[in-house]
Amino acid sequence: MPRLSSALRSAALAASLIASSSLVPAAEAAEAATRSAKQYIPIATYRVGAYASSGTPVWGGTIDYLRYINEVEGGINGVKLVWEECETEWAVEKGVECYERLKGGREGSPAPLFLPHGDPISKALTEKSVADKIPLLTTGYGRTEAIDGRVFPYSFTVLFSFWSEASSAVNYIAEQVGGKDKLKGLKIATVYHDSPYGKETQVPLDLLAKTYGFENIQIAVPHPGNDQSAQWARIRQIKPDWVFLRGWGVMTPVAIKTAAKTGFPVDHIIGGIWSGSEEDVRPAGSVGKGYLAITPFPAGAEFGILKKIKAAIVDQGKSDLKDLKSFGSVYYNSGVIETIIAVEAIRTAQARFGHRPLNGEETQWGLEHLVLDEARLKELGADGLVQPLRLSAKDHEGGGAGKVLQWDGAKWTIVSNGWVKSDRELLLPVIYERAAAYAREKGITPRSEDTAEAGAK
Amino acid sequence: MSFFLETLAGGLLAGVMYALVAIGFVLIYKASGVFNFAQGAMVLCAALTFVTLTERDVPFWLAGLITLAIMVTLAVAVERIVLRPLVNRSQITLFMATLGLSYVIEGGSQFVMGASVHELDLGLSDLPVAIGPIQLSSFDLVAALTAGALVLALWLFFERTRIGVSLRAVADDPQAALSIGIRLPVLWATVWAVAGFVALVAGLLWGARQGVQFSLTFVVLKALPVLIIGGFTSITGAIVGGLIVGAADALAEIYLGPLLGGSVSTWFAYALAVAFLLVRPAGLFGERAIERV
Amino acid sequence: MPPALAAALAPGRRLALPALPLRGTGLALLLAVAFVAIPLTANDYWYNAILIPFLIMALAGLGLNLTMGYAGQASLGTGAFMAVGAYATYNLLLRLPELPLPVSLAGGGLIAGAVGLVVGLPSLRIKGFYLVAPTLAAQFLIEWVFNQVGWFSNDASSSAISAPRLVFLGHDLSSPAGRYALTLTSVTVVTVLAWRLVHSQTGRNWRAVRDGETAAAVIGVPVARTKLSAFFVGAAVSGVAGALWAFAYLGTVDARSFDLDRSFQAMFIIIIGGLSSLSGSFIGAAFIVLTPILLTHLSNAFLGGSLDGGQISNLQRILFGALIIGFLIKEPNGLVALLGRLRRPVR
Repeated sequence: MPRLSSALRSAALAASLIASSSLVPAAEAAEAATRSAKQYIPIATYRVGAYASSGTPVWGGTIDYLRYINEVEGGINGVKLVWEECETEWAVEKGVECYERLKGGREGSPAPLFLPHGDPISKALTEKSVADKIPLLTTGYGRTEAIDGRVFPYSFTVLFSFWSEASSAVNYIAEQVGGKDKLKGLKIATVYHDSPYGKETQVPLDLLAKTYGFENIQIAVPHPGNDQSAQWARIRQIKPDWVFLRGWGVMTPVAIKTAAKTGFPVDHIIGGIWSGSEEDVRPAGSVGKGYLAITPFPAGAEFGILKKIKAAIVDQGKSDLKDLKSFGSVYYNSGVIETIIAVEAIRTAQARFGHRPLNGEETQWGLEHLVLDEARLKELGADGLVQPLRLSAKDHEGGGAGKVLQWDGAKWTIVSNGWVKSDRELLLPVIYERAAAYAREKGITPRSEDTAEAGAK
Repeated sequence: MSFFLETLAGGLLAGVMYALVAIGFVLIYKASGVFNFAQGAMVLCAALTFVTLTERDVPFWLAGLITLAIMVTLAVAVERIVLRPLVNRSQITLFMATLGLSYVIEGGSQFVMGASVHELDLGLSDLPVAIGPIQLSSFDLVAALTAGALVLALWLFFERTRIGVSLRAVADDPQAALSIGIRLPVLWATVWAVAGFVALVAGLLWGARQGVQFSLTFVVLKALPVLIIGGFTSITGAIVGGLIVGAADALAEIYLGPLLGGSVSTWFAYALAVAFLLVRPAGLFGERAIERV
Repeated sequence: MPPALAAALAPGRRLALPALPLRGTGLALLLAVAFVAIPLTANDYWYNAILIPFLIMALAGLGLNLTMGYAGQASLGTGAFMAVGAYATYNLLLRLPELPLPVSLAGGGLIAGAVGLVVGLPSLRIKGFYLVAPTLAAQFLIEWVFNQVGWFSNDASSSAISAPRLVFLGHDLSSPAGRYALTLTSVTVVTVLAWRLVHSQTGRNWRAVRDGETAAAVIGVPVARTKLSAFFVGAAVSGVAGALWAFAYLGTVDARSFDLDRSFQAMFIIIIGGLSSLSGSFIGAAFIVLTPILLTHLSNAFLGGSLDGGQISNLQRILFGALIIGFLIKEPNGLVALLGRLRRPVR
């Protein structure tokens, strides 16, 4: 018997090993609540690992905006912000550990929301967040069906879901060829990262192809995508009119380079949200010139709020960025945009629940009642940077439009005429259908919009 | 037909890039008998060091020399600190130790040099070149020539110098080699240093292709089937194995992929390697007989 | 039916816990802690971030330990077997909802075992380290199959699978405590079965084959059947671990959750914990799963503020790698041997 008994004994030993570094006990946290009036915001980050290069600028934007709110605006209605990072390396288990560690709040403030920063992490947290009543804010990633807040009350796929991404890309192509009726007969090849994220656009593109009559070609690139000679040889054979590139990490620069060397015109490739940053194009070198990308995170340092951040934070040496070259980049701006949404949701909720640190349930109400119209965006200095948003229990996306950027060899310029909208009226019924199917499979009773309202009281 | 040839040629050129990484494995396997998983981390470390230096306006050749010095130091340290204490341990233990080592090197490189992605411009254009009916990339051709030159140099080094002869002696029979006065520590250090050099070359070529970033470490995943097919102990085998894997991957992706839903190249090379292993366990050019029932 | 399974399930053998807790008071105490004290005191963090992943990875390691530690058949396919277990259990739960949860779990394990048996076929010709090649091929092929074939994930748009409601005998097991109870019970039951198996004729055959195939054949051990049974049982145990990973731990998973890194993790667990030692799997899992968490807590406590998050994480990675190398060098027989030495002077 010695082996089995020592097995279990060692388990206990391991447990006592980490007991020393356990959580703050709940009682202590509650007591601290009375002294502190700071709003805590937990942030999952990946500064290490395979995707660190794309993550680091995002946290720069996130943290710089939080600092800006504290230092220039004195917090949200006087409630200062404190935040905490947790390293996930983009791995699901680490993300779950972070979420569990941070969800309890700090220094008396509950966690108002969680920024998972990672598509697989956000999926793994879908149910846990409902049990804990902590909204997951995912901008430009996350489960598309979560747009239906009646089934996914605590998942917020705000701004631009993968389905909208695909639809807006098609609509941009339509603009270029002279109208949606001209899409008929076009060949649009989607080169995608062969992962759940990469496959997300297959269903909507299928639907759009049937609607508009273009030929929908799907070409998978296996992870990590550091050799794509075969895929682009196929493209050379098929000769598509446009390529929609949905990459991740190293796949994007390799795709651009391989496209160039097989002679495919780079200015007919439209990158998706995660193929459209400086970090994606720069490694491709000079051949990346002319490459397009559709994104909800327009690049540029000339937006009002960015100028303010530059003056108050960056120029004062208080920026989180180590490499200031990233200021105003796509990923930096994505951090700013995401944080604007988080802060405005808290502000909206404060209007109802009072100027104090809020919990997840209250912030969820704030998110579902978030209105960022043109006027409000102008006040924030975020017009042109953030698309107009109006969230509700039935619509956790709110916007569904992107801007098209073009790489000029050194920086992105916006080439689309404002925001390119997606065909939401076409896609939403299908999304609701899929959400309902999910609800059936999981035995969830969807909220009606009235119960959503009542639940928040 | 020309499409087939073009796919084949593209695959073969990609295979050369795999072979470049695989050569590093072969060298270390010959000397230390370990499948060095940290080779990927070494490729990353080399490329990252080089590009960090050139971005600080260190001249190209000097950056190369400094990087080489660092790689050699690293390689010798690894051999001393990690592998020597593990002599005579099972191969899987050695393998896992190099996996742990890759964490240390990756963490260390990024700790010192950051995690940003860097562009590496070797001044080679990467545009299509038409050769007869098929179209190839000029960069890939240069990479292939480099790999060819590297193999030739290594072959000369290991066939025509004392070190090379000693290495073969050690690979054949370590005890006998020791008894005739071959100094193993010197030999080990030399081979690891050469492996560091190979990592630098592979890092530069791969880095120029995809940017210098963490994902350089992923290149090792394709190296294992290359080695199984070519044999763990033969540099020629690494080249031939690389070519086979590159060509097979490309052809499978083109002709099998559409039937099966794509991405077959994630496993095709491994399946091919298993087939080779069942038929010819020592690999095409392997020297050491591999245990077999 | 493979001999190992037959041995475990043979009607003549009593499967009731055979005097297990009576022998060691320490063991009884541990079970009491795991089943009674922890549920009384643990919070969500302990369940979701520490206990559940630790127990599941210990089980995955245990599966590999049966194949590799006891029977000497190297495998880097643990992640793939876990994936098969997860997807098989998902489909059983989805398509045969009348089956009770434990039956679906066991069914998922058996299907994973069957796949393991097929993957083990090359072991009849290939030996030693080179066996990692076919298991690696399986690792990549199986990950690809689940990613590619929509049927396995009920045609979900992202080929990710999501746990249906976990219910057993009318109890909803979806809460952290419920998922812990499910995990702990499964791990305990499988560990007891494994313990019985390694002390049976099958276990002796495994060790005989590991220590020398020719000698084993001479004394009449059916070498081929023994190897395949080791693959079958090991993969089945890992398969149960995979199903728990998907449903008791994460809730939603896709094939990438069971990638090569998971296989490496299992391999680390048994090599650092101790080959051919059931307790070694638990110790190894404690080390591999918990050290990074411990390092995070320690560095937050001691370094927080002085270095940015990225640098702390890089340091942790360096330290973790160095610890692995250190233990491999210092403890050839795994941490279980170290613990054995620590315990002796006390007695």
